[in-house]
Amino acid sequence: MDVKQPNKILLEVNGLKKYFSTGGGMLKKKQQVKAVDDMTFTVKEGETLGIVGESGCGKSTMGRTLLRLQHPTAGEVIYNGQDIAKLKNKDLRKLRKDIQIIFQDPFGSLNPRMTVGAMLSEIVRTHDIVSKKEEKKYLEELLLEVGLTPAAYWKYPHEFSGGQRQRVSIARALAVQPKLIICDEAVSALDVSVQAQVLNLLQHLKKKHGLTYIFISHDLSVVKHISDRVGVMYLGKLVELSDKHDLYERPAHPYTQALFSAIPDITEEKQERIVLKGDVPSPLHIPSGCRFHTRCPLATDKCVEEAPVFEQVRDGHYAACHYAE
Amino acid sequence: MGEKMDAQLKVEDLHVGFKQKKSSVNILNGVSFQVYKGETLCIVGESGCGKSLTSLSIMGLLPKQGEVQGGKIEFEGENLVQKNMKQMSRLRGNDLSMIFQEPMTSLNPVHTVGKQVAEVVRTHRQVGKKEAYSRALEMFELVGIPSPAERLHNYPHELSGGMRQRVMIAMALACNPKLLIADEPTTALDVTIQAQILELLNDIKAERQMSIMMITHDLGVVSEVADRVLVMYAGEVIECANNRQLFNNPQHPYTQGLIASIPKLKEEKDELPIIEGSVPSPEKMPKGCRFSTRCPFAKQECLTDSPPLQEAEEHTVRCWMHTDRWEEMTPWKGVDEDGREATEQDLIRS
Amino acid sequence: MAQVEETHLPKEKIENPRVRMWKMMFGRLFQNKLAVFGGVVTFGLIFTAIFAAWLAPHDPTEQNYSAVLQGPSLEYWFGTDNLGRDLFSRVIYGAQVSLQAGLISVGIALAIGVPIGLISGYYRGFLDEYIIMRLTDAMLSIPALVLALALAAVLGAGLTNAMIAIGLVLTPNFIRLIRGEVLAHREKEYVEAGKASGISDFKLIIKHILPNTMAPIMVQATLAIAAAIIVEASLSYLGLGTQPPDPSWGSMLANGQGYLDSAPWIALFPGFFIFLTVISINLFGDGIRDMLDPKMK
Ligand SMILES: Nc1ncnc2c1ncn2[C@@H]1O[C@H](COP(=O)(O)OP(=O)(O)OP(=O)(O)O)[C@@H](O)[C@H]1O
Ligand SMILES: Nc1ncnc2c1ncn2[C@@H]1O[C@H](COP(=O)(O)OP(=O)(O)O)[C@@H](O)[C@H]1O
Ligand code: SF4
Ligand code: SF4
Ligand SMILES: [Mg+2]
Ligand SMILES: [Mg+2]
Repeated sequence: MDVKQPNKILLEVNGLKKYFSTGGGMLKKKQQVKAVDDMTFTVKEGETLGIVGESGCGKSTMGRTLLRLQHPTAGEVIYNGQDIAKLKNKDLRKLRKDIQIIFQDPFGSLNPRMTVGAMLSEIVRTHDIVSKKEEKKYLEELLLEVGLTPAAYWKYPHEFSGGQRQRVSIARALAVQPKLIICDEAVSALDVSVQAQVLNLLQHLKKKHGLTYIFISHDLSVVKHISDRVGVMYLGKLVELSDKHDLYERPAHPYTQALFSAIPDITEEKQERIVLKGDVPSPLHIPSGCRFHTRCPLATDKCVEEAPVFEQVRDGHYAACHYAE
Repeated sequence: MGEKMDAQLKVEDLHVGFKQKKSSVNILNGVSFQVYKGETLCIVGESGCGKSLTSLSIMGLLPKQGEVQGGKIEFEGENLVQKNMKQMSRLRGNDLSMIFQEPMTSLNPVHTVGKQVAEVVRTHRQVGKKEAYSRALEMFELVGIPSPAERLHNYPHELSGGMRQRVMIAMALACNPKLLIADEPTTALDVTIQAQILELLNDIKAERQMSIMMITHDLGVVSEVADRVLVMYAGEVIECANNRQLFNNPQHPYTQGLIASIPKLKEEKDELPIIEGSVPSPEKMPKGCRFSTRCPFAKQECLTDSPPLQEAEEHTVRCWMHTDRWEEMTPWKGVDEDGREATEQDLIRS
Repeated sequence: MAQVEETHLPKEKIENPRVRMWKMMFGRLFQNKLAVFGGVVTFGLIFTAIFAAWLAPHDPTEQNYSAVLQGPSLEYWFGTDNLGRDLFSRVIYGAQVSLQAGLISVGIALAIGVPIGLISGYYRGFLDEYIIMRLTDAMLSIPALVLALALAAVLGAGLTNAMIAIGLVLTPNFIRLIRGEVLAHREKEYVEAGKASGISDFKLIIKHILPNTMAPIMVQATLAIAAAIIVEASLSYLGLGTQPPDPSWGSMLANGQGYLDSAPWIALFPGFFIFLTVISINLFGDGIRDMLDPKMK
C-alpha cells in the first residue's frame, strides 16, 4: 500500500468477506449477516495495527477469519506468499505456529480442566519447539517472562485472577514463538490498574521478540496508546486507516470524528461533542450507498445512492467518504 | 459547597457483609458520604470494591446472604436501614429510583415496555390505566425515544441496547424521583450511544433538580458527568473531592496511580505508569491500610494501622501521608514480620 | 514500587504436581460422605455378584416344595418363593444378572453414543443434521420399553441379546446429550484458542472437549444404569430377558407381584436391592463427577 515504508509486508488482506446465514426455517427466508464486508489492508512487519469500532461491527469476525478459525466467504489473506484462505488443513496447522490469537475473556479462553503446564506443553509438543528435556525449563522461563512465577505451571485456571489469566493466555500465544499475534480485546475485561500492567507487558514482549500485533479493541485510548497505525471499522467495512497521529489529529471520516469526540477524556472538562443520532443499523439491513449515511451529520443525496470508495486522502491516510479531505 | 447545599442522602459508617456457613465476611467497611440536592456524585473503583453493594444497600435490595452490619443510611431525614420491606418498596421507584448496568435483564421480556412503565406509575400513583399510559408516553418523549407512541407497544428484545437503557431511564424517572442511582448505566453500551445517554442524564438532571448517584469504573465518564467524585478501594472510601480537583490534584496514592495508568488520548507515553499487584480478596484483607500491599509510598506502620479518613470541606482522603503522624512513621524496612499478608499477587513477579 | 518487590516473591513450596493432583482429587472424593457410602455399597454389590457361588447358602434354582412361600427365617434369610427357592441366594445370584444388565448395556450405549455424539457435535454438517439427528428423533419418539421389546424380539430371547437391545435403546439419549454439550463447548474460546495453536481436531475433542462434558455424561450414565436394570426386569417378565429358572432382580420382582398380599417379601427384597443399587451408583457417580472437577474445593 504505502511505497515509502521500508518495512516488509507481513500480511496482506484483499477483499476479505465473511457472511453468515441466519434464521431460515420452514417459512422464513434465510438472511445474510455481512459481518465483514470487503476489507483490504496490509500489516507490516514489526508494527502494531489497531482496529477500532463499535460492538458488532465485525472486529472479532475479521480477526478470526484471518486465522481461518472461520472460513472467509471471499477474499485472500496472504502470508509468506501463501493464501491462508486456501490452505489445506495440514499446512494450516503449520501456519498457526506463526500467527496466534489472544481473546478477551480471561475466563472462557482457558480449559478449566487443564493445568497451565499441561496446556503449554501440549502446544509446544505439537509444534516441536524444544526437545522434551528442555521443555520444562523453556516453559518456566516463559512464565517468568509474562510475569508469573514458575509455580503457575501446576495451577488450574480458576486459581488465578483475571489479570493473571490474561498473562497465561499471553504465554500460550508466545509459547510457539509466533511472528504475528492478534489481540482481540485482550485487555478489555480487565480493571484499569491491571489493564496498564498487561499493556506494558505486551509492549515489552513486542520489542523483545520483534512481534507484530493486530490489536482489536473498542477502546480508542488504549488503541491509540499501543498502535502505530489504526483502522476504523463501521458495519463490516474499514472506513478509515492511517498512521495513528494523523488519524487522531486530523480524522478524515465523519464517523471517526464523531467517535473521537464521543470518548470522555479525563484531561479536559466537559467538551463539545458531536453526538450521533440513532443507533448502529443492524448488519442484517445495511443502508444503501454509504452505510454511515443514516447517522452522518454531513450526509447528502449522493451518499444515499453511491457507496464511497476507500481511497487515499493523504499520504498513507485512507478513508471511505465522498467528502473526506 | 457543603454549607449551601442540603444533603439528599447521607450514608454514615456503613458496614455491609455476607453471611457464610459459619462466619460472616465484611465487604463494606465504614463507608460514609453524602449526596447533595441537585448534584451528581460519581462513585469509582475497581471491580469488586463494593460499588454495587453500596447502591443495593441504599435501595434495600441486598442479595439474600447480604446483611447491613452497621451504620446509617439517611434519606430525607429517615434511616432506611430500619425500614421494613413494605416501606422500602413504597420508596423504590417513587422517591428513590435505580437503573442497572444490563437493561435487558432488568426488563420483563414478556410484557411490552409501555406496559412496564405504566405499571410503575400505577404502583405509586392512584391513576387509571389510560392516564398511566399517557404518562409513559410523556416519559418516552422526554428520554428521546424516536416515534414513542409506537415504541410503547414493543417488547424489550425488539429494542436496541441504547433504546432499552432509555426505557429503563424513563421507568426510573416516571414518578419524579428525588434521587436516581445509576449503576454502570453505560458500561454495556457503545461509545457513541454512551455519549447520547450521558447527555440525556445531564439534561434531565438540570431540568428536574434531581440528585444522581452514578457508579462507574470509567474515569472518563466520571470526568464528564460528575460534580463530585468518591473513590472506593477494597470496601472503603479512600478519597472524595469535586471533579476537577480530584483529576488535577489527586491526593491518595491509589487515585494517583489509577489516573496515571489509563492511556489518554492527548498524551503519548511509551510505557504506562502502573499500580503493582491486584486488589486483595476480602478473606486476605491487609490489617492496616488496605492499599498497603500495592502502595509505593507505604511506611512500616501502614501495614498495621488503618489510616483515618481526613475530612475536609473540599477534599477528603484516607492516607497516613496526609496526617501529622506521617513524619514520625518508620520508613518501609523491606521485610515483613507479620504485617504484610501474602495475597494473590504473590503469583506475580514484577 | 521498586523497594517492595523482592519481599513479594512467594515462599511457595512446589509440591510434586501429580501427588498434589491425586491428593486433591481423593480429598474431594472422601470429603463427600454420601459418595463414599455409594462407592462402598456399589463395590460391595459387585463383589457379591462376582463371588455369588461362595456367598449363596443354597442353589438359587433348587426347588423345595416342603418350604414354599415361607417368610424370612434363620434357614431362609429372605424367605422362599412360590417354588420354595431360597430368596437370599436368588438375590445374590440376581446381582450378577442385574448389575451386568445395568453396566454392560450402559457401556454399550456409551461406546456407541459418545463417539457419535462427539463427532456429530464437533463437525456438524449434513450427516449430523439430516441423518443422526433424525434417527435419534425417531428412536426417542418410541417409548423405551416398546423399542427394547421390538429389538429383543428381533435379536432373540436371552440376557446377552436383552443387554444389546437395552444398550441400543439408551444410545440416542447419550448421542443427543453429548452432541449438545459439544456444541456448547466447541464455541468456547479455549477450544478456539487450541485450534489456533494448531492442536489437531482429534486431540481437541478427546483432551479438551470430552473432559469438560464429563459431568452431565456421568449423571446421565448413572440414571441410565437404573433404567437398564428396570427395563431388563420388564423384558425378563415378558420372557425376553433372563430365562427361567435363572434369577434376576427384575424377574423376581415381577414374580413377586402376584403374592404381594400373601408373601410380600418375594417382591420386597429384589425391589429393595434395585433401589439400593440405583441410589448408590448415583451417589458414587456424583462423587466421581466432583472429584474430576478441579474447581470443586
Ligand atoms: N452473593 C455474594 N456472596 C459473597 N460475596 C459477594 C456476593 N456478591 C458480591 N460479593 C463480594 O462483594 C464484593 C463487592 O461486590 P460488588 O458487586 O459491589 O462490586 P463492584 O464494585 O460493583 O464490582 P463490579 O464493577 O465488578 O460490578 C466483591 O468482593 C464480591 O466478591
Ligand atoms: N456465528 C455467527 N453467526 C451469525 N452471526 C454472527 C456470527 N458471529 C458473528 N456474527 C455477527 O457478526 C457481526 C460482527 O460480530 P463480531 O465480529 O463479533 O463483532 P465485534 O467483535 O466487533 O463486537 C455481529 O452482528 C454478529 O452478530
Ligand atoms: S459518504 Fe456521505 S454519508 Fe458517508 S461518511 Fe461521507 S458524508 Fe457521511
Ligand atoms: S496509608 Fe500508607 S500504604 Fe496506605 S495509601 Fe497512604 S501511604 Fe500508602
Ligand atoms: Mg468482539
Ligand atoms: Mg458492579
